[in-house]
Amino acid sequence: MGAPSTDIAVIGWAQTPMVRHTDKSETQLLMEAITDAIVPLGISRADIDFTCLGSCDYITGQAFSFVSNLDAIGAWPPKRDSHVEMDGAWALYEAWLRLQEGDIEIAVVTGSGRSSTGDPALIYPMEMDPYFLAPLGADPLTFAALQARAVIAAGIADERSMAEVAVRARGGDVESLLAEEYLRQPLRRHDVPPITDGAAAMVLATGDRARQLVERPAYITGFDHRTECHNPSFRALDDSPSTRIAAEAAGLRDAPVEVAELQVAFTHEELLLRQVLGLGDDVVVNRSGGALRENPIMATGLCRVGHAADHIFGGGGRALAHATSGPCLQQNLVCILEGRS
Amino acid sequence: MSTPPVAVVGVGQTHHKSRRLDVSFGGLVREAVFRALDDAQMSLDDIDAVVLGKAPDLFEGVMKPELYLSDALGAVGKPMFRVHTAGSVGGTTAIVAASHVQAGKHRTVLAVAFEKQSEGNAQFALGSGKGASLGAGGAFAPFIRAYIQRSGAPEHIGWKVAVKDRLNALKNPYAHLKIEDISIEKVKASPMMWEPTRFLESCPSSDGACAVVITDEAGANAAAADGRPPAWILASSSRSEPPSFPGRDPVRPAAALQCAADVYTAAGITDPRRQIDTAELYVPFSWLEPIWLEAFGLADVGEGWKLVDDGTTELGGSLPVNASGGVLSSNPIGASGLLRFAEAANQVRGAAGEHQVDGAKVAIGMAYGANNQYFSTWAVGSSLHPFG
Repeated sequence: MGAPSTDIAVIGWAQTPMVRHTDKSETQLLMEAITDAIVPLGISRADIDFTCLGSCDYITGQAFSFVSNLDAIGAWPPKRDSHVEMDGAWALYEAWLRLQEGDIEIAVVTGSGRSSTGDPALIYPMEMDPYFLAPLGADPLTFAALQARAVIAAGIADERSMAEVAVRARGGDVESLLAEEYLRQPLRRHDVPPITDGAAAMVLATGDRARQLVERPAYITGFDHRTECHNPSFRALDDSPSTRIAAEAAGLRDAPVEVAELQVAFTHEELLLRQVLGLGDDVVVNRSGGALRENPIMATGLCRVGHAADHIFGGGGRALAHATSGPCLQQNLVCILEGRS
Repeated sequence: MSTPPVAVVGVGQTHHKSRRLDVSFGGLVREAVFRALDDAQMSLDDIDAVVLGKAPDLFEGVMKPELYLSDALGAVGKPMFRVHTAGSVGGTTAIVAASHVQAGKHRTVLAVAFEKQSEGNAQFALGSGKGASLGAGGAFAPFIRAYIQRSGAPEHIGWKVAVKDRLNALKNPYAHLKIEDISIEKVKASPMMWEPTRFLESCPSSDGACAVVITDEAGANAAAADGRPPAWILASSSRSEPPSFPGRDPVRPAAALQCAADVYTAAGITDPRRQIDTAELYVPFSWLEPIWLEAFGLADVGEGWKLVDDGTTELGGSLPVNASGGVLSSNPIGASGLLRFAEAANQVRGAAGEHQVDGAKVAIGMAYGANNQYFSTWAVGSSLHPFG
């Protein structure tokens, strides 16, 4: 059931500069991202039939933080609108479902977050099971290191191949990276993501409208997401069954993809997901540099879809985008984009 | 609408209380989920995807709790989706769940919403821990005063709504507040909280959850054939407007008017006052009832309070509003919107028990959030074509 009955396509997207810290509010960031996404298409905010925003109160540090972002949409007259406490990639999923109802044509989805305003080590334990895991106070590095050890033990990665992933994402040379101290064994600084503030906005349109607005829409031909058991100690951390199910449901195997944009904040995750998704060496993975280069949490997944769409806009045939949420890749989303001649 | 028909075939909720210390978060949601599944004669295996809604994570201090609740909700290996649209979230959760089925992506989807207010301090969280929170009552009081000034409504209207909803709650086994000796005098004598809203005109803080099973036309027809009437979703809409700017009217918000128009147009409702048999409106403070009666076209502008005054909105009246006791009687915030949608569904299924509105064929469920900015509404019917 991966393919929709109605053609729905990504027709444009934009992101703010991705920086270590900005004093701009999330609303200001979204204002820029939405404007930059719609202006090249020759449409205005008035043409947007549906909006769905993705953000997280705990990243922003404020309850109801998304409410002021209605100003960035320009929700006047009032818009058909929704908000997910998830990465913008899931906002995209909701809009994709909504557009299939057939009564509207254009949707804008966003993801936004300013991670610089908080301390990940303090915030992330709060997304864990409040009874058995949150009290441990284990930070994201700890959980990632546990998974990295499992992935290494399974022979899917080693510290050298992980460093090679880092070099592809953001440069440097493997030998000097491997000479550095561990941050949390087996992870070194190059294995972990930067802290990034930023936002992204994406425009979707249904069949004919998409073709009117752009020459080569990036059609969403498969879209699925799945979750797993929450507690990492009850999971086989050297596997990602939810990614596998989502990829199957999205029709990944129907035809080869040329590029894949994976939301991998840690180097070992790329090696694990390449294997789970069965991506060969001929597939270009994370040409954008991925989350290891820029990690605007709550927008990182949506940016993956954006970079995959860029491949289609540039004449490419088929691309995969992946997004994730939760400890040790608990929840995974797969979106397949295709161009048509 | 060109979308395929979908319907509610199962509804469940918890017993709502100030403190549900007897259950964990997982236990709380499962209580509602299993009641809904039993009602639908289904098991978790029949569920293809789960949509979870709740108000700010800061209320309980658990960030993105859908991650932890994936196991309790039987979502492992399935899509688990999380919605958050302020106070309207419960309603939007139902609409997004229905969208999963309408899009043809899934056959049967579970919508779940909860709040466990006793785990935290909602008023503290509303101020984001920075203090200076007006609280919801303080935020809405100016809108209420503006309504009273414009409509010239007498002060006893708010008291009447408070009494009506608490009397209705006595007929609802799940309701939180059970005030046996509720009376106008008692409401009037309760402490002033936020002029003109008194203590007994305000919603409680509740722990609670609600769950709704939404399925496709074939599933709904099968339930009907088995003697379990579905509630057909005739239309739904979510609309939002920005926080504040000159010209915005929070007493008669454009987003509410548009949301109502979307639903009525799609459902073929041309005369809402006559065609809708009962409404579950999100009324956390008594005066919101006449305000929403007007914004949702159930009364003319300035006339909503008269439907309260003449008993039209009482359980025995011609347009019962909040027969369940409403938000004034149970308020697990994130679930309060889904409870409105679920109670509306139960009315047209003839499954509302002691607070059933006789012969209800068409009902609306409505929720709102933030400073009268987020609106979600659905219309449900005992048949797909209730108007012939």
